[in-house]
Amino acid sequence: MNSFTSPPKDIFQNDADRTTDDGPRRAAVRNALHNYKAARTRTGATYTDWKAARSAASTIKHEAVNHLDKYLEEFERKFTARGGKVFWASNSQQAREYIVNLAKARNVRAIVKSKAMTGEEIHLNDALIAEGFGVVESDLGEFIQQLKGEAPYHFVFPCMHLRRDEISDLFHKELGTAKTNSPEELTMIARRVLRRTYVEADMGISGGNFIVADTGMISITENEGNARLTVGVPKIHVALIGIEKVVPRLGDLALLLPMLATAGTGQHLTGYNSMYGGPRQPGENDGPEEFHVVLLDNHRTRLLADPEQRDALHCIRCGACLNVCPIFKNIGGHTYGTTYQGPIGSVITPHFRGLQDWKHLSGASSLCGACTETCPVGIDIHHHLLHNRRNAAAEKPAPGEGLLWKAFTFLMRRPALYRLATRFAPLGSMLHPLIERSALDPMIAWTNTRDFPEAATKSFRQQFNAHQAAKASKNGGAK
Amino acid sequence: MRVSLFIPCFIDSLYPNVGMSMVRILERLGHTVDVPEGQTCCGQPPFNSGYWDEARSVAQNQLRAFKDAEVIVSGSGSCGSMLKVFYPELFHGREQEAEAKALSAKTWEFSEFLVNKLGVTDLGARFEGRATFHDGCHGLRELGTKQAPRELLKHVKGLELVEMGEAETCCGFGGTFAVKFPQISTAMAEVKCNSICETKADYVISNDSSCLMQIGGYLNRNVGTVKCLHLAEVLVQQ
Amino acid sequence: MTPTQGDRDAVLGRIREALRVPAPLKHPAERSAGGEPTTAHFREWLPPVGPSLDARFELFSRLSETLKSELIVCADMDEAAAQLIKIATEASWKTLGLHHGELTSALASRLPADLGRIFVDDGYDKNALEASDAGLTECELLVAQTGSVCVTGPSSGGRVLSVLPPHHVVIARRSQIVTDLSEAYASLAAKYRDNYPSMISFITGPSRTGDIERILVLGAHGPKRLTILLLP
Repeated sequence: MNSFTSPPKDIFQNDADRTTDDGPRRAAVRNALHNYKAARTRTGATYTDWKAARSAASTIKHEAVNHLDKYLEEFERKFTARGGKVFWASNSQQAREYIVNLAKARNVRAIVKSKAMTGEEIHLNDALIAEGFGVVESDLGEFIQQLKGEAPYHFVFPCMHLRRDEISDLFHKELGTAKTNSPEELTMIARRVLRRTYVEADMGISGGNFIVADTGMISITENEGNARLTVGVPKIHVALIGIEKVVPRLGDLALLLPMLATAGTGQHLTGYNSMYGGPRQPGENDGPEEFHVVLLDNHRTRLLADPEQRDALHCIRCGACLNVCPIFKNIGGHTYGTTYQGPIGSVITPHFRGLQDWKHLSGASSLCGACTETCPVGIDIHHHLLHNRRNAAAEKPAPGEGLLWKAFTFLMRRPALYRLATRFAPLGSMLHPLIERSALDPMIAWTNTRDFPEAATKSFRQQFNAHQAAKASKNGGAK
Repeated sequence: MRVSLFIPCFIDSLYPNVGMSMVRILERLGHTVDVPEGQTCCGQPPFNSGYWDEARSVAQNQLRAFKDAEVIVSGSGSCGSMLKVFYPELFHGREQEAEAKALSAKTWEFSEFLVNKLGVTDLGARFEGRATFHDGCHGLRELGTKQAPRELLKHVKGLELVEMGEAETCCGFGGTFAVKFPQISTAMAEVKCNSICETKADYVISNDSSCLMQIGGYLNRNVGTVKCLHLAEVLVQQ
Repeated sequence: MTPTQGDRDAVLGRIREALRVPAPLKHPAERSAGGEPTTAHFREWLPPVGPSLDARFELFSRLSETLKSELIVCADMDEAAAQLIKIATEASWKTLGLHHGELTSALASRLPADLGRIFVDDGYDKNALEASDAGLTECELLVAQTGSVCVTGPSSGGRVLSVLPPHHVVIARRSQIVTDLSEAYASLAAKYRDNYPSMISFITGPSRTGDIERILVLGAHGPKRLTILLLP
């Protein structure tokens, strides 16, 4: 399928055909997430009151997002007072250009990156590589995906879909290392390669989990320590972070960091939670000479302007909604075809990339609500999928479907007509087998893989009426 | 008590036994059951597809049909949640908002009605067999139904209830989702049915017939030995 | 280069325009008298920690085991030194990175002369530090609720010492164990006021990853071993 001419919706359906057919891959993903669920349940059970914690987290993010201008300005004031630089990027092009121009101006040669979904979002690596800069992803999962030439599969677990032998083969092919069956040995291979990278890089690019307004800091959460090194060793640090990541106070992290860890990975706290408030300060012995924060809008203000769905910006990118989503588990992260996968991705992508082109992500859901149930900041995720569907239909009703629902409404507003129509159900059942699973079968999308039940010879209404009549005659007509 | 039943179209045409079981159970408990003739469809299909004006138009018919109901019991978690949770949203800020809220307040899912309104858990039912229970998502997450069906099944003599690993995982029906994204829907049915088969149960019971249509459809095509039953169809057996 | 650049006015303009319509608060938190959910409230909802120092120590100790941090309780500095020498000998250390500090200097003076030292306080060769066997630091505090070690530049020799060498050794006092992150942040605020170090980091166990088949591997990039020598 030619991805230059096919609409995203068609690519999605095709990719879903392929990935839902891959039993072993789906089973591997299911197993991985089964372990996550056990850890999450165990850790979640230690909380005295998860629901109250969630309400508080929701309130903090609500306060932050609904006073976003005030808190971003406060952050900028505090951060620049300590020597930090802030660049406000309206869109991905501005963000890319700033970082590329900075790298050029400073004669950067080697760049090391820690995990930043915003980097994926603006296609930063491609832009830097095109300009001749070497960029190495330091997070193990991202490193693997970079070697493979693939986008991350999940924004917290980038290569969760790969088996160890696939990773071993990849390292053997790209790095020339001996094949091995041991995750430990594979990790050590990556560690050895990356040690040099940290020491030799001129610039470290990171993302950020939170922008702390009252102290002018960027907070970064990780398990591996690669972000600590990315941000500590090279002489220039650039953090690329979405404007919505604000929290009002440093103390708010005392709640949000444990909740991010518990929801995201089932840990009490992630391995390294680090707050950076400026470049190396006077009297400090190390740290970058320059610290640039690139604040990325890139359509976030469009979502902000939708008060019904504004809470989607509360997202702390824990990934829990992906972990519980049966759609995600069965189609896999790549099928979404966009940076932010899973339920939250299906909510925000139509806002970020165009409602009509991407509404199918909001449509590809059974609305089971597991996402909303698991979200640590209480975002109404699955209801927003409905809201996107409504907005898409209102903006541009699909011609066939619009007519279908008008006809449906016509019927369902007329009880007598409806009751008459249901009398024909048994007839339909009799005739259906003649065309079942053929090109004429209107139910083929169903009957391809599932049997369709036969209509009962007597409908409920008919049986109930008979039942009432029998009761009445038994009572001699008396009520 | 006078109990008005909401009988969705697919129960009316495809699973009338579910509706009749509900009638018999409620009458045995001494209540009067009526099924307002003016009802048609809860409106969820256009609603889920994003056609809210049409959904509202259909919903207005239900507001009318159940205006005089004392209490409404739905045999389906998904239709029940449409009435209870989504009607207030659908009519928010509109003329019939109060009516929608009133309807919502008097709507119950069947097992919740028995256990939490009538305070009944033992219906004197008898059903021999090994079964597992599938939690319909709308009932589970929109209405909070989890324990009530299990409370009821616990008292059914002869019934061996085993929990499946994926009890709370969506079966993949999701209304029009099942035909708009059939490959995903079928994959989800496969996961659900494998989990059912792992329990070695002969029956899968649920409080939502639309789920059972999906699960049954997949089981019949691929497995053939496990039967689907609505909760009411089990509880009615004596 | 000015400190602020880019589309500042445009971005802020769009934000202000968007926020003219309020969005409902769907999950209101229990509020304190002050009107905001306070960090003290957090304590009521997060995993519980006992009130006494003993209870805090007990929880920190339990979590350290789960996290695979090596917590070694030492009666005094001599015992701490003995423990460290044991580790160094077993692992055949040649070079130790460290910073000057009340505890680190006292400990270092008890170590054998033939163990090479890299003091990072006045700058250091990053290649040499990368090749060292371990980094010895003090810390700001220890957090009972999460089993974490809180380091900052001033308390722990900068940004890199506690994360680049493959083994991180912390020398700390039992009295440094605070209840939870709320108390940690309050303590840092009181100590540094408006002049925070440019890095604060909460280290919770050795470096780890589960990226390969969700199987836990220690020492992904940061230290593979984290040892905490705890003085009274």
